Amino acid sequence: MKAKLTSLLLLFPLVCSSQTPDGKEILKRMDANLTSDSRVFTSKMIIHGRRSSRTVESKTWSIGDRKAFTEYLSPPREAGTKMLKLEDALWIYSPSTDRTIQIAGHMLKQSIMGSDLSYEDMMEDPTLADQYEATVTGTEEVNGRPCWVLQLKAVKEDVTYASRKVWVDRERYIPLREELYAKSGTLLKKTELFDVKRIDGRWFPGKIVFKDMLKQGDGTEFIIESIEFNADIPEHLFTKAALR
Amino acid sequence: MIRFLIKGLLRDRQRSLLPLLVVSIGVMLTVFMHAWVTGVLGDGIEFKARFETGHVNVTTRAYAENAGQIPIDLSLEGAGEMLEILHSEYPDMTWVERTRFGGLIDVPDESGETLSQGPVTGIAIELLNENSHEKERMNLTDALVRGHFPDEPGEILISDNLFEKLGISLGQEVTLITTSMYGSMVFHNFRISGTLSFGMGALDKGTVIMDLEDARLALDMQDATAEILGFFASEYFEPETAKAMCQAFNEKYSYPEDKFSPLMQNMRSYPQIANLIDYAGLMTFIISAIFILVMSIVLWNTGLISGLRRYGEMGVRLAIGESKGHVYRSLISESVAIGLAGSVAGTLAGLLCAYILQEKGLHFDVNMDTAAVMMPSTLRAHITPVTYCIGFIPGLLSTVLGTMLSGIGIYKRKTAELFKELE
Repeated sequence: MKAKLTSLLLLFPLVCSSQTPDGKEILKRMDANLTSDSRVFTSKMIIHGRRSSRTVESKTWSIGDRKAFTEYLSPPREAGTKMLKLEDALWIYSPSTDRTIQIAGHMLKQSIMGSDLSYEDMMEDPTLADQYEATVTGTEEVNGRPCWVLQLKAVKEDVTYASRKVWVDRERYIPLREELYAKSGTLLKKTELFDVKRIDGRWFPGKIVFKDMLKQGDGTEFIIESIEFNADIPEHLFTKAALR
Repeated sequence: MIRFLIKGLLRDRQRSLLPLLVVSIGVMLTVFMHAWVTGVLGDGIEFKARFETGHVNVTTRAYAENAGQIPIDLSLEGAGEMLEILHSEYPDMTWVERTRFGGLIDVPDESGETLSQGPVTGIAIELLNENSHEKERMNLTDALVRGHFPDEPGEILISDNLFEKLGISLGQEVTLITTSMYGSMVFHNFRISGTLSFGMGALDKGTVIMDLEDARLALDMQDATAEILGFFASEYFEPETAKAMCQAFNEKYSYPEDKFSPLMQNMRSYPQIANLIDYAGLMTFIISAIFILVMSIVLWNTGLISGLRRYGEMGVRLAIGESKGHVYRSLISESVAIGLAGSVAGTLAGLLCAYILQEKGLHFDVNMDTAAVMMPSTLRAHITPVTYCIGFIPGLLSTVLGTMLSGIGIYKRKTAELFKELE
């Protein structure tokens, strides 16, 4: 009897870890990894088009999910193009026309620099826990990592994707694969996250591959070359004057 | 014998003038009507060819599959080289590069902020090339409402409706927002040089016409074009020639496994246009057939009456010993001469009228603002090889048949009755 009790006590932590956590809890832990008060990062977007691939480099400064400023660094045709996101508004500055134009309405559905990402994706609130109701539907392995499979259903009307299916790493609480669906149930986009690293105490992907399912081509690789979390960013960067 | 008969016809005006006039007028109407119906029904198709498809066109295979979406990312690269090939292999054709695209026109206020925005369909053509006939082909000269045609790079034409709706002024700089050949959103400033009104909703809603080189710069399409359109020298679609051309070209240059290889298609490759062509052909046939039938009955009667009218003369000729067969043959020969002369005269007169309408056309100032399909505002006749000979069906055949029918009576008459008639 004593031996049985001892073995039960020894196995207790294992029993607990194998229990399925609440969907909301997974989302919160996932958001904690992916969101931050502020960050500055340089990235490379390799766009695999239908006939050729091209690379677009940019630097982004962001505060929470409400303010973001991006400057495109290369190729020469795109260099100097700047984007400013303030709350629900987005402006783009093109140096060739010296015009600042607000991107609104159906223009938000346009692709960013021909990639598989749309301006709407950029405008999206990255905090999933506030916008979706999550249900854990099972476990699967993605790229050799055990994952929770989460079915996300939007609780708000104005979200870009009505539902999502997310494969979340069971140990690191980082999504490794995601499928984004329209209200009709049509699969709109697929993303896969690679090269997950520990940066400043959080798990963060080094590369994300986006695939717009309604677009031909081999997807877009979004490679984060450097990232700094909770950096000091001057407030004047998030003004329209900074675009010119 | 023939000379004798013609002399008779010329000297006896009563016998020849009226039938000749009737035949000529009938044939003239038939010839003109055929050219007019062919032209009017064919103009809708030609208009489509001039604005959209060409008689034949060369695009990439992928572009052809998605043509309805005007996918400029699937444009043809190496357009210059392809044009050289087309010019050398089909020197009789006119080849032009065209690029159509969708976008937005953004009008700034004094501080450069967006004042108004409107969706546009852009058509890039060879506008600044002096040797190009694109302006005439697309009837832009007649469509110009204000300002002038672009005479330097960076100038564009915009539909008059949109010009007013967006509150633009002539010479103002506006920004075109569109997608480049590589899919990225692009911005380019243009100056409005003039406005156009096509008189049809489909085009007047929001069309921008610009020079091809300007479009290439804005859309990042160096040495690329969405389409190369080919037009026959006759300016009319020639289905059989077009089909053979496409087959020969595609066998040589197009590879099914390479979606970016060039593909030549003719107008009939588009199901909607094929239906339109078939419908126009059928209608031309039906309308022409009804008209020819009516004219044939009229001219048959002319032949019939001219034969019956001369029963007295026949009697005398038989009485003085001329054989019935000889009289009958001379009657038919005279009818052939009148039919032939009337048909030639009528065909020439009909062709002249048709030619005038083919060149000048009839302008209809009909408001087609709600029209979703493109139709020309000027209707023209069209002279085809059939027009040259169609008048001979009622002019010659019907007249001679009428005469032959009336002449049968000669054989039924008895010599005794003839003498009685003479008394």
